[in-house]
Amino acid sequence: MSRFIALIRRELILAMRHAGDSVAALLFFVIAASLFPFALGPSPQVLAGITPGVIWVVALLAALLPLNRLFGADFEDGALDQLMVSGLPASAVALGKMIGHWLTTGLPLLIIAGPVAVMLRLDPVLLPRLLLTLLPGTILFSLVGGMSAAITLGARGGTVLLPLIALPLMIPALIFGAAGVVVPHPVAEFAMLFGLLALFLPLAPLAAGAALRAAVS
Amino acid sequence: MLEARSLAAIRGERLVFRDASFLLEPGGALLLVGPNGAGKSSLLRLLAGLTPPAAGELLWDGENALDDPPLHATRLCFVGHLDAIKPGLTVAGNLSLPRRIPPAAIVAALETVDLDRFADLPARLLSSGQRRRLALARLALSPAPLWLLDEPTTGLDTASVWRLEQRFAGHRAKGGMIVAATHLPLDLPGTQSLDLSRIAA
Repeated sequence: MSRFIALIRRELILAMRHAGDSVAALLFFVIAASLFPFALGPSPQVLAGITPGVIWVVALLAALLPLNRLFGADFEDGALDQLMVSGLPASAVALGKMIGHWLTTGLPLLIIAGPVAVMLRLDPVLLPRLLLTLLPGTILFSLVGGMSAAITLGARGGTVLLPLIALPLMIPALIFGAAGVVVPHPVAEFAMLFGLLALFLPLAPLAAGAALRAAVS
Repeated sequence: MLEARSLAAIRGERLVFRDASFLLEPGGALLLVGPNGAGKSSLLRLLAGLTPPAAGELLWDGENALDDPPLHATRLCFVGHLDAIKPGLTVAGNLSLPRRIPPAAIVAALETVDLDRFADLPARLLSSGQRRRLALARLALSPAPLWLLDEPTTGLDTASVWRLEQRFAGHRAKGGMIVAATHLPLDLPGTQSLDLSRIAA
């Protein structure tokens, strides 16, 4: 357990040293979301209707940005070999890196999603529900995205392959997440979101661990 | 005690070596020699549990070492041909990146490779030989009995090579084991050597 906490500490130290990656994802989120009023006009009726979907899609794309370097940087400089012989199982290494991704990308996105949604004229009544769907949503982004990053590690054209694998896998989360904000009684939507979380929480680290073992061998 | 029985490795579709066998007692050292591409790094990665062997067994004290890779990993310290150094961190920061280590232990580890003067320097300012030395400083922080070293002397000056040989002797005197792949002659008394070109497929 202490090794696992040390791994998360390592991820946070590196993220702080290379803060540009996390900040770039956040700025992308803010800028991409604020493009919509320019394209669709500032009418509150139009904006309020599309805001939950816009926030969800843009948050998903922003969470993808740092995934390329999630394992890639350590793979290239040999640090991944060191992590694999650190005494942790490969799936624990993968889970630690996914938690690192959530803490440095998912959590900041969740925090900034509120102000951005208000800027896009989301009905303030819906705001808690948007954040409540984004909480499992961003965790799913880190799990599924981290799994895709591990699978494409070391592959030629991995940069292009990563979103092609990750985005289709995110579609269920997107459907139920965005719907959970707007439908009147979102019980089924929330059940599906947390069901997806229960599915990927064990599955993604295991698959990513197997992929990491294959990448270093 | 580390024992390899008829290990074989496949890279891509090619059999790199087969029938690699050796027995390493506590205090022993093994030099892997052979031309480029003979499989020295492949064998080291195999011994580290990073690559599964295509055939053969690796035994630690008589038990299969690769049954439990995380447990096997706690017995070894692996210094690969990549230095695993983060250029954005300081020299000392690189050493305490994997886990929190008291500053005194960091300084002591840096002294073993004569880098203690540069502890607060960003690692990106180090020369390639100094980066190699920083990677080798990890050995001093690891309690593991088995050192797996891939070309440890690449880029090192003669004084650093001599210091490394002293550390090897110290580690072996405490019952540690060393497996090193190298082209350059290392002054290690009483070492076995395994010529991978002779057992290459």
